[in-house]
Amino acid sequence: MNQAVTPVARNAVLEFQAGQSFAVRNRHAIDDLRDGASLWRLAFTLAWLDIRLRYRGSMLGPLWLTISTGVMVGMLGFLYSKLFKMDLQEYLPFLALSQVLWAFMATVVAEACATFTDMVGLIRSVRMPMFVFAMRAVVRNLLVLAHNVIVIVVVFAIFRIWPGWHGLLVVPGMALWICDGLALTLLLGGLCARFRDITPIVNSLMQIAFFVTPVIWKPEQLGAYQKYLPLNPLYDMIEVVRGPMLADPVSWRAWAGATLFSALICAVSWTFFVKARGRVAFWV
Amino acid sequence: MSIEPKIEVEGVSVFFPLYHGSSRSLKKTVAMAATGRLGQDKQHRTVVRALNNVGFTLRSGDRLGLVGSNGAGKTTLLRTLAGIYEPVMGRVSVHGSLNALLDTSLGMNIDMNGRENIMLRGLFNGLPKAVLPRLEKEVAEFAELGDFLDLPVRTYSAGMVVRLGFALATAIRPQILLMDEWFLAGDANFMEKARHRLEELVRGADILVLSTHSLEIVRTWCTRVIWLEQGIVRADGPADEVLALYLADAGGTTIGNPVLEP
Repeated sequence: MNQAVTPVARNAVLEFQAGQSFAVRNRHAIDDLRDGASLWRLAFTLAWLDIRLRYRGSMLGPLWLTISTGVMVGMLGFLYSKLFKMDLQEYLPFLALSQVLWAFMATVVAEACATFTDMVGLIRSVRMPMFVFAMRAVVRNLLVLAHNVIVIVVVFAIFRIWPGWHGLLVVPGMALWICDGLALTLLLGGLCARFRDITPIVNSLMQIAFFVTPVIWKPEQLGAYQKYLPLNPLYDMIEVVRGPMLADPVSWRAWAGATLFSALICAVSWTFFVKARGRVAFWV
Repeated sequence: MSIEPKIEVEGVSVFFPLYHGSSRSLKKTVAMAATGRLGQDKQHRTVVRALNNVGFTLRSGDRLGLVGSNGAGKTTLLRTLAGIYEPVMGRVSVHGSLNALLDTSLGMNIDMNGRENIMLRGLFNGLPKAVLPRLEKEVAEFAELGDFLDLPVRTYSAGMVVRLGFALATAIRPQILLMDEWFLAGDANFMEKARHRLEELVRGADILVLSTHSLEIVRTWCTRVIWLEQGIVRADGPADEVLALYLADAGGTTIGNPVLEP
């Protein structure tokens, strides 16, 4: 073994005192986030390998994601534009965008449930900041989203839609999404490890949410009831990203709803995480 | 860059809650919270005491061996020192870079190939990108995987998994080395090589905590021995004294099936 080559394990100080106050637990949770963030290269690599693993041995690799999304959007677009008696030119870009965004949101939520339970081996063999797992899950889905964005670009190009400078407003919207994704992953990952029956509950709730949220139907179709839509937090969330892309003005109500909802999720998630962080290894 | 390594453990207890069957379900918890029985349930919750009021201090140069029958709490103690289990009572303080050789797979992903697993381990240890190829080369050479390096770990034989796990775990040089007995597995040819490398690692480490059934290894490597039984420290002291006590007791039936020199 060549001494010069042998890497040295990283320095670490572990101080743990049981029966801690909230302040101490809070500090541990902050440390977890900081240590996790410093391992971002690990999280990104894990996320990328996750995608590669899914498509190992397939010729097109992750491009299958793009193709399947494209085919689905195309078929549904024709079908629903007939069902809803809408102009394809107007409907298809809306559907392509909604469908891709919703798929991202739904997968983040669904995969959040298994974040920790799928990682039993790793959690029980090394001390790893829990935040690494959250980053990995969100980054993995961002990579999937990046593949699906191709579909949006193609549809927009065909129908000559260009959001212009207004499109830059997706940046704050996406920032909210990423924050919420990380928070939800920590929250649902822990909750589902502790209570195994939360996973099916979450899955059926998301299925219902898909139909009551304007993903395949347009908000205008609600007519007079449209003003109540901002009460659905998922509508607000999807609107703050979809609106800017379609060059639709996003109402202040949607922005307020999305911000409030995100703040709520982050607060609940943090409170839970501070309490649960040290227990996850016993739960999985 | 290095800190003075030390391990301090004071009155540490680790309980495993048993969330079996329905007690794990949300329905039952909600029902109990609604009827005000949650608090009571917490005290009456079924728990396994894996460690009970364990305490010791290790300084640089200490070589601690953990002995005891299966289920005595040796692995739980190692995991607690590694920061994986956080105790419900007591204090754990571990200063210094740490490497824990706990099980063969060591968090390897069996769907990924050998190369990817090596890279992940390097990234986990915060190694700069430039060092990763060297780590890969070194690990691959030692594990003698050859072309298997590009195949998923799933396709490896048990022996190859052990070799890769061993090479990975020992490629990182720590101040504090925690080691479970799995490294005794492997074919005879590899064992010779492994022993040599381990001895080097053990010599290089400032503190060693080793859990094993092989008294021979404890005698060779350890200066101090803690004898655990059902999570309680039965004896703690110089290796010869504690081993003598332990062997005297082994005349009874406490030791299930001690694994001796392979």
